[in-house]
Amino acid sequence: MKSRQKSRKKSGIHRSVETRYEASREELLRSLMNLDRRAFLRASGAAAAAALTHGVAHAHTFQPVTVAGAKEVQPFRFAYISDSHLYERKLNDRFIRSLLRAVDDVNALDPQPDFVLYGGDLAQLGQPAELDLGAQILKELKAPVRMMVGEHDWYLDLGEKWRALFGKDVYSFDHKGIHFVVLNSVVEEDFWSARKLSPMERMKTVAGLDNRSQSNFQVGGPQREWLEKDLQGLSNDVPLIVFSHSPLYHLYQGWNFWTIDAPEVQRILARFQRVTVIHGHTHQLLTNRIGNIHFHGMLSTAWPWPYAPQGLPELTVQMNRPNPFNPQDGCGDGEVRVYADGLVDKVYGLWNRSPVTVSREYMSSNGLLQRPPASNASTY
Amino acid sequence: MQPRFPPAARAALALVLAAPALAAQVDLGASQHGAASMKDQLAALAKLALPADGLVAPRGIDARVWTASIVPGQEPTAARVALGRALYFDPRLSKDGTVACATCHDVTRGFTDNRPVSEGIGGKLGRRNAPTTLNAALLTEQFWDGRATTVEHQAGMPILNPIEMGAQTEDEVVQRIAGAPEYRDGFQQAYGRAPNYADLRAAIGAFERTLIFLDAPFDRFLAGDPTALGTAERRGRELFDGKARCASCHPLNGASPLGTDNAYHNIGVAARDKDFEGLARSAQAALQQDDSEHALDQLALATDMSELGRFVVTKNRADIGAFKTEQLRNVGISAPYMHDGSLQTLWDVVDHYNKGGEDNAFLDGGIEALALTDAEVDDLVAFLFALTDVRLAEPNQRAQAKQKEQAAKTRPIKDPALAERRVLGFERRVLGTK
Repeated sequence: MKSRQKSRKKSGIHRSVETRYEASREELLRSLMNLDRRAFLRASGAAAAAALTHGVAHAHTFQPVTVAGAKEVQPFRFAYISDSHLYERKLNDRFIRSLLRAVDDVNALDPQPDFVLYGGDLAQLGQPAELDLGAQILKELKAPVRMMVGEHDWYLDLGEKWRALFGKDVYSFDHKGIHFVVLNSVVEEDFWSARKLSPMERMKTVAGLDNRSQSNFQVGGPQREWLEKDLQGLSNDVPLIVFSHSPLYHLYQGWNFWTIDAPEVQRILARFQRVTVIHGHTHQLLTNRIGNIHFHGMLSTAWPWPYAPQGLPELTVQMNRPNPFNPQDGCGDGEVRVYADGLVDKVYGLWNRSPVTVSREYMSSNGLLQRPPASNASTY
Repeated sequence: MQPRFPPAARAALALVLAAPALAAQVDLGASQHGAASMKDQLAALAKLALPADGLVAPRGIDARVWTASIVPGQEPTAARVALGRALYFDPRLSKDGTVACATCHDVTRGFTDNRPVSEGIGGKLGRRNAPTTLNAALLTEQFWDGRATTVEHQAGMPILNPIEMGAQTEDEVVQRIAGAPEYRDGFQQAYGRAPNYADLRAAIGAFERTLIFLDAPFDRFLAGDPTALGTAERRGRELFDGKARCASCHPLNGASPLGTDNAYHNIGVAARDKDFEGLARSAQAALQQDDSEHALDQLALATDMSELGRFVVTKNRADIGAFKTEQLRNVGISAPYMHDGSLQTLWDVVDHYNKGGEDNAFLDGGIEALALTDAEVDDLVAFLFALTDVRLAEPNQRAQAKQKEQAAKTRPIKDPALAERRVLGFERRVLGTK
């Protein structure tokens, strides 16, 4: 335990860009050693450009090169915690308690997950004190943390405080044969300058539901370009896992269960045979599949949203209406189990109910196999 | 409820009258393990005017609900009720002949034992507080962790638990009583066959189905008698449904007459000095070896893992330290309170909820500080004492006076700083602040 804490301190749980770079370079070198010659030749040609965008250039390798072909995936799991919406302690302590509960849950996993994805909306109104409080609590996690940003973290100061605490909001990394991409899907066009909104007015506009005076969530042109470059050198059989705060498809615009340029992002991802998108924001059991892309929502630790009024993706196994007497019902955390075939089982660790596992067989068979059992909780 | 005497009841009457035959082997006048003597208990029982059978829905329960609650084939006929009554008070069911059902579910003590945890054979102590057998037949699940469903199922388990009644096998129990002529006839009348364990526990369950006590001042108030509740009690009822949020887990109305959601919640009672994570790991290892009903039953009563509550039944992490929401009926006479009997008075109970329970990683989401004032706590307690059946009004008044006196002396759980959120429970736990 002691040594773990020590090593954590050394590497830092919110890894700096440099640390991530070092880690990915190490991964690269190791993978090069594992490559057989034919795969190597196939890889190296396509890889040159990708290596540039990856920023990998080794003086002691004869060419800048990165691995493009699919590597063997070593099965592993990562945990997730999402959408904690912390207020300052004096305003609300319920959500603080819930996040602490999630941290306890994840720390109790044995063996520990390879890392913990934090899915965004750590803060409620982007206040520095809220983000500081969240960072302090997340430091309790034993496993390394991968941070993603949500709109509640962002729109007070356009991410200044968040980036100071956690680093880049858009990045990618490789882990045990999977290529991971973390996006900022809550970018909005400037709707505030012309109307001379204060930062807090801007924040509250984005935080509100059914508020049409804001723009739309999007990944945006520059980020899509970055994404294309990031994926450029990868062959189609590399398994991808993409993290986005909002769902990378169109579900319900009024609540921003919606990323407006999602079709373009899907187009970029379409050539890959195995793509999993894990998103926050929706605070509920939510499952979708578009082509080869499997979409899984994350639970919130703060509150469950009801389902959007226009209906649900076909594959979604519905969550019963949460018990109004228990503020933690319908909330929770969970884990994602990655298998050797590069696909994942998504586990919803509901606090007040039995856990629900949405298996990769269920996703691959379009819902024909291994349908998760319906909830046994009573309906309210 | 009209007393009825169907033909089958004749044998039942004979059985009750056969008590002297029983006395030939067991001293019914003796007081064992601090319980009232069986003789005194039977005398007290007679005054309660119980129905002879459990076939007709008692007052306050919809006939369809009552019928649905009865296990098919185990209808509580008069003969079965009479047999079960005899068994309930018979210490011969236990290994050393000193413990009957009535030892820990004592008629003169609100059908519980008024001890923190119960005492079994050889003075052995269990880990949990004996819940009352009153209205138990109406609960969805039995025991604090719900490891049995019906009273007919539940009744067979303490007899075999090594620290309760200590019998080693079912056969041993049956053999001990099978020789008694009143039981030979009783089983024949009730079930048409010789004594056996399945019928034995079912008969005890049948008797428990006559212990329905739902006629409290509160019910009379709901039925339209405005004088049934005093002003403090009425204010308490407002708090119960409102600020104190009791009704969240203790729904108490026509559709839910017991005041329980029949669910399991961690309210932090056990959390004061327990390492839940460590215990959960031990329990998982133990249950991997053996998760039979018997193993579960022992784990619940004889080890520290008892504090895991519902978790040992479901193995669901969310159920760690969660115990069944106890019914509120007749709560005034069933002290001490909580699954471990750690709270002495209803003032302590309300103090516990008022401060937001005892903080721990598994604390139920609905448990939060309530900021009730002293006067509000008093009103709430007054209302809780109005939930005791009028047939038990006299012991209820005594208990109320006694608890009031005790609460005036000491309120060990009271913590206004937590109740008013000047300090938060998790801050004490996680951040180590004062």
